[in-house]
Amino acid sequence: MSFQLPTNKPSFRKFLLFALIAVTAAASQAQDWVRTGTNLGVSKIRIAAADFKAGSADAQTLPMKMVFDQTLYNDLRYAGIFDVVSKSMIPNATPGSPAEIVMANWAADPSNAAYVAFGTLSADGGRVTVQGYLYDTHAAQNAQVLGKQYSDVATIEATRQIAHRFADEIIDRLGGIPGIAETKIYYVSDRSGHKEIWAMDYDGFNQHQLTHLRSISLSPRVSPDNSRVAFSEMGRDGWSIRMYSLDLNRLVSFPAWGDTTLSPAWSSDGTKLAFSSARTGNPDIYVSDASGAGAHRVTAFLGPNVSPVWNPKTNAQIAWVSGRTNLPQIYIMDSDGSNVMRMTDGGYATSPSWSPSGEFLTFAWQRNYGPGAPGAEDIYIMDIASKRWTQLTHDSGANDFPSWSPDSRHIVFQREQNGQTELWMMLADGTDQQQLTHDGNNTMPDWSWK
Amino acid sequence: MQYANRKSLALAAGLAAMLTVAGCHKKKPAPPPPPPPATTAPAPTASITATPDTINAGDQSVLTWQTTNATDVSIDGLGTVASSGTQTVRPTQTTSYHLVAHGDGGSADATATVTVNTPQATPPPAETNIDEATFEQNVKPVFFDYDAYDIRSDAQSVIQADANYLNQHPDLKVVIGGYCDERGSTEYNLALGENRANAAKQALVTAGVSPDRLRTVSYGKEKQFCTEHNEACWQQNRRAQFTLDQ
Repeated sequence: MSFQLPTNKPSFRKFLLFALIAVTAAASQAQDWVRTGTNLGVSKIRIAAADFKAGSADAQTLPMKMVFDQTLYNDLRYAGIFDVVSKSMIPNATPGSPAEIVMANWAADPSNAAYVAFGTLSADGGRVTVQGYLYDTHAAQNAQVLGKQYSDVATIEATRQIAHRFADEIIDRLGGIPGIAETKIYYVSDRSGHKEIWAMDYDGFNQHQLTHLRSISLSPRVSPDNSRVAFSEMGRDGWSIRMYSLDLNRLVSFPAWGDTTLSPAWSSDGTKLAFSSARTGNPDIYVSDASGAGAHRVTAFLGPNVSPVWNPKTNAQIAWVSGRTNLPQIYIMDSDGSNVMRMTDGGYATSPSWSPSGEFLTFAWQRNYGPGAPGAEDIYIMDIASKRWTQLTHDSGANDFPSWSPDSRHIVFQREQNGQTELWMMLADGTDQQQLTHDGNNTMPDWSWK
Repeated sequence: MQYANRKSLALAAGLAAMLTVAGCHKKKPAPPPPPPPATTAPAPTASITATPDTINAGDQSVLTWQTTNATDVSIDGLGTVASSGTQTVRPTQTTSYHLVAHGDGGSADATATVTVNTPQATPPPAETNIDEATFEQNVKPVFFDYDAYDIRSDAQSVIQADANYLNQHPDLKVVIGGYCDERGSTEYNLALGENRANAAKQALVTAGVSPDRLRTVSYGKEKQFCTEHNEACWQQNRRAQFTLDQ
């Protein structure tokens, strides 16, 4: 049983008339399970972020303060749990300390903030120091929720990271689970002329190239401890899994199988890898230790078997893509290969990512597949227990390779439009879509685990 | 551009095939006249034709010969043959087929030459001298249906011709590249491309090529032969391509 949200396309609505009559009443509930399961179900907290006060006259201070203010504002806005007061509605003040803030002004119209973040940024002697506060505007006493001090070398980049850290403190305190402002996204970019592995902050800043192999590198998957990135590279003997150390900033040794070995996936405890290999002639799913030792095959289905991903909650199940019945479908099995269950009921379904909570899959799906069929490749999420699904992207190019954020609230994915593929981020209910990259083709994003 | 070239090649191959068939029938000589009553043995006659008389290496030509008054007929390289008949030959270099007919009344001979178009027609090329272009001219790709990796019936003859050439050049090692069209997902297409390359490999092995000489690589949709967004182009891109493993 599947639920389809009503769409605005008249032809589609007509086509689904009877189905919609049956499920319209349940459609809003379908949205409810998405919001609840992705930690987006609570009502949004009204929060204001004051522009920070410049605490020094150093020439560096102003540009760093502007980066800090913008980064903090964006982090709170992207978090998915806040109704962030527009900068045009906040009081015209830059309180640098609790003594300088007039709380009633922030609680009153048009700001109406329940909480306000404010503080001071200083650059002095090559160091940047940030004093940040979070206050409850309605508390008669004990209004201070957070009071934090950060210090680092006085660079724009370090300042941006301080803003991310302060944002994550606020999100953690008010949202109940760690934020994602300090997380990274690993991806493939062709902007150097070759498909290489790149990394960036979750908000699209700080994009930098990791590999320089000048071949074809694909499918980066960062280890749960952020120390290594496993990926697929095409060498002389075809595709092998390669391992890049983020600690050493270079490739480290890993068994090169050849035989079209690709699409690695870490278990959430970092001890195992699942991947696809055609060592027997047919691409099947294998599991090995994190070192690559002890590889053993867990599927034996003729046809393409690829793109495994572990259930990060238990590491006892693997979802993957199989073409055993022709067009690719999403399947789930126990990690020893037993209890195979097909999840998608047709079309062309690929690129699963398992939610950190273990409850959901997100994947790319072209429901109506074939020449002249309506619709395109879109991102969906599915509740695994019930197989209920919801479409998250609509009428916006070809979308693929969704990857969950560690807070389960966000999904990063690739979108091809007008012949160019870029990375986008959205909330896990499909709202608030943001384009993260603009240069070259950027594909196959993988959101870090923390 | 590449697609158009291949299309015209296919057309030429088709025409050649038609000519071959037509030639078989048209050039079959009339039945021999009954030998005149004579007391002395008549002198033998002999004729031989090759159709076509010019081929590419790996292709075939049909020898058709006719003799009269002969008791012993042989063709150099083929040995003793019937007094008349046809024989398919697949020379890898330009070859003269010398027919000799011996009879009570003497002997007669005739020659048909099959010219083989290769850059190194004579002397026979050393294997290391076969360049990529020559190789790809002789070992042609096979094409696949959408999202499928089984060898189509129209690809069986291609596989057979490819296997024949590889069996004639046992020192050559081959990389089989599996390719997919631009549609669908990157990782899935890499797996599908591997299935295609492996299907071509298994077909060659079935046709007698040692698996030790064959290596598969999947390109998925990472490399395209044709970049337009239409079915004609997509078909060109769904293939197993053979290249020299050097």
